[in-house]
Amino acid sequence: MKYLDEFGDPELARALLDDIARTVTRPWAIMEVCGGQTHTIIRNGIDQLLPEQVQLIHGPGCPVCVTPLETIDKALAIAATPGVIFCSFGDMLRVPGSSKDLFRVKSEGGDVRVVYSPLDAVQLAKDNPDKQVVFFGIGFETTAPANAMTVKMAKEQGIPNFSLLVSHVLVPPAITALLESPNRRVQGFLAAGHVCTVMGMGEYVPLVERYHVPIVVTGFEPLDVLEGIRRVLVQLEEGRAELENAYPRAVSAEGNLPAQAVVREVFETCDRAWRGIGTIPQSGWRLSPAYADFDAERRFDVSGVVAEESSLCRSGEVLQGLIKPVQCEAFGKECTPRSPLGAPMVSSEGACAAYYQFRRLERPAVTA
Amino acid sequence: MTEPLDLEAWSCPLPLRDHPNVVMGHGGGGTLSSELVEHLFLPAYGDSEGVLAQLGDAAVLGVPGGRIAMSTDSFVVRPRFFPGGNIGDLAVNGTVNDVAMAGATPLFLSVGMVLEEGLPLDELDHIARTMGAAAQRAGVRIVTGDTKVVDAGHGDGVYITTTGIGVVPEGVDLGPHRVQPGDVVIVSGPVGLHGIAVMSCREGLEFGSEICSDCAPLNGLVDALLGAGVDVHMLRDPTRGGVAATLNEIARSSRTGVEIVERDVPVPDDVRAACGFLGLDPLYVANEGKLVAFVAAADAELALATLMAHELGAGATRIGTVVEAHPGVVVARTGIGGTRVVDLPLAEQLPRIC
Repeated sequence: MKYLDEFGDPELARALLDDIARTVTRPWAIMEVCGGQTHTIIRNGIDQLLPEQVQLIHGPGCPVCVTPLETIDKALAIAATPGVIFCSFGDMLRVPGSSKDLFRVKSEGGDVRVVYSPLDAVQLAKDNPDKQVVFFGIGFETTAPANAMTVKMAKEQGIPNFSLLVSHVLVPPAITALLESPNRRVQGFLAAGHVCTVMGMGEYVPLVERYHVPIVVTGFEPLDVLEGIRRVLVQLEEGRAELENAYPRAVSAEGNLPAQAVVREVFETCDRAWRGIGTIPQSGWRLSPAYADFDAERRFDVSGVVAEESSLCRSGEVLQGLIKPVQCEAFGKECTPRSPLGAPMVSSEGACAAYYQFRRLERPAVTA
Repeated sequence: MTEPLDLEAWSCPLPLRDHPNVVMGHGGGGTLSSELVEHLFLPAYGDSEGVLAQLGDAAVLGVPGGRIAMSTDSFVVRPRFFPGGNIGDLAVNGTVNDVAMAGATPLFLSVGMVLEEGLPLDELDHIARTMGAAAQRAGVRIVTGDTKVVDAGHGDGVYITTTGIGVVPEGVDLGPHRVQPGDVVIVSGPVGLHGIAVMSCREGLEFGSEICSDCAPLNGLVDALLGAGVDVHMLRDPTRGGVAATLNEIARSSRTGVEIVERDVPVPDDVRAACGFLGLDPLYVANEGKLVAFVAAADAELALATLMAHELGAGATRIGTVVEAHPGVVVARTGIGGTRVVDLPLAEQLPRIC
């Protein structure tokens, strides 16, 4: 199929792998930031096909995984409120809160609905004026423009019964936090193509310069990922640290300007807690004061909700690339997709779930 | 201010005979119930031998010698009508196919219907006629049935449960106990059509071209395979959970490993596009007119040729083999040469965020 099959072509993949094998002379550690790329890597077995010296570290770019437990608990509390229609993207429904998930709330009588577009939730609010309709607005820069559009439309069209539970996270501050970490092992990054489709490439220039680290904007099909890896490795071997675009069919330097405009209008930057990692300064978006009326956290009093992570779960270390999922003691034992301890075991983009689904036959050779 | 009286439009509410919709009385066992059976179900189902028309408490049937295969399934699909079929086709073909996967010749069906008050009778008639036509196509007879009505708001229009009975011919023995390393795994055609057809309809998604359900009776295809003398070890129709769930079930029950070549699994372009868009894996999407066959390696070519000669098996493809390694686990060789475990899905696939 056009634009899909050709980016999974086995012969071209072989050629890229050969090229990578010729390029590499010593060990390197590269992080793919985005969960979509982790999924492609594990699903296609790309990490098995790379030279042994190349280690891929799976980054914190799964929106489901990094949404804080407290936010999930707030979502559960709102969804269980009578008179509320709680709308969410599908893969949030199985993410465990402190005691249950959204599926459980639904089975207990909560009106929880999966929507494909946030704007469907706005329509639901119009169609059900006697209900409070709440959309769970999570994700990276990728989902932010559509989520921002919901409240913009709700305000413009006077839809008072719509609100947004927002927990947006941003990629560049997360990369900065990883680069500032004393445990830093990552030597080069595959930046998330979809994020750059929206935001452009400008935010990554200072990172490349300040930390002298190669960053290659990368797509999501197997050949995209291989080409991104190849370009990072070439830079590392040559001692260069530059920002490159390996996904030009979707990403331009300036990004999607109208999308950025609506995001700037609706959201403002804030500190944000990342599940399993901790608070990263200025790493999130929340509704700006002009749109505060549409903030579900204000509309429903959930300020009393506090939560504590499972002590068994090492998802924070997984999300920071410090350990592989199989190196967690709970992996496949206390923690499985059926009863996940942490969010990375839930989403198909989560590193733990990807390993559980596709790599259960492997056992760790070393532990961290 | 009250609305003006419209005496011409007024009618006596008592004689509840000619209803455009299902009312509670249709399930009450009285005149309305028997009218529904006589005027709607009987003509729709067809009843050449008059077994159904006897309306006895049980249908009494003669069966040829051999072992009996029996299967039951409930159908609650939403929407009831989708591109390529409706809940009636599904209810007949689904059970016919389950019986056929045992290597049996399906003969008889029972139909239990739970109707929701308010369902248009025209719609019920359409569904019942579809069932009659589907039964005729599959060569099975609907010989007994039951109807209940639930209050408006307590059902989803119509739920249908069908039970099928078939006879396994002498010498036919299919099942996980016969699956062994070396067996070749074949799928009878392109996968993912039914699930995507229903999903695109349910969610109001359009993907350029209309994707139609593959709903069809597979007993003819099974007859062809067995009739050609193919050494078939196991058959299953990959409905809910798709090919991935079917292969996992067989790997587990037969305690063998299954290895498939991902690129060899036939996925139509539009299904692949829809799956890409929704973040779904076509291996996990439901089919209603496909079978997965495990056959002896020596008969693989014969099996493929036989399937391909049949209208419902034209797209038959070899997708993998049974191996001794990793018993109970399905492994896929990926497009670019890596491998991965193809896991049993926990529940329904969930559309991804991005």
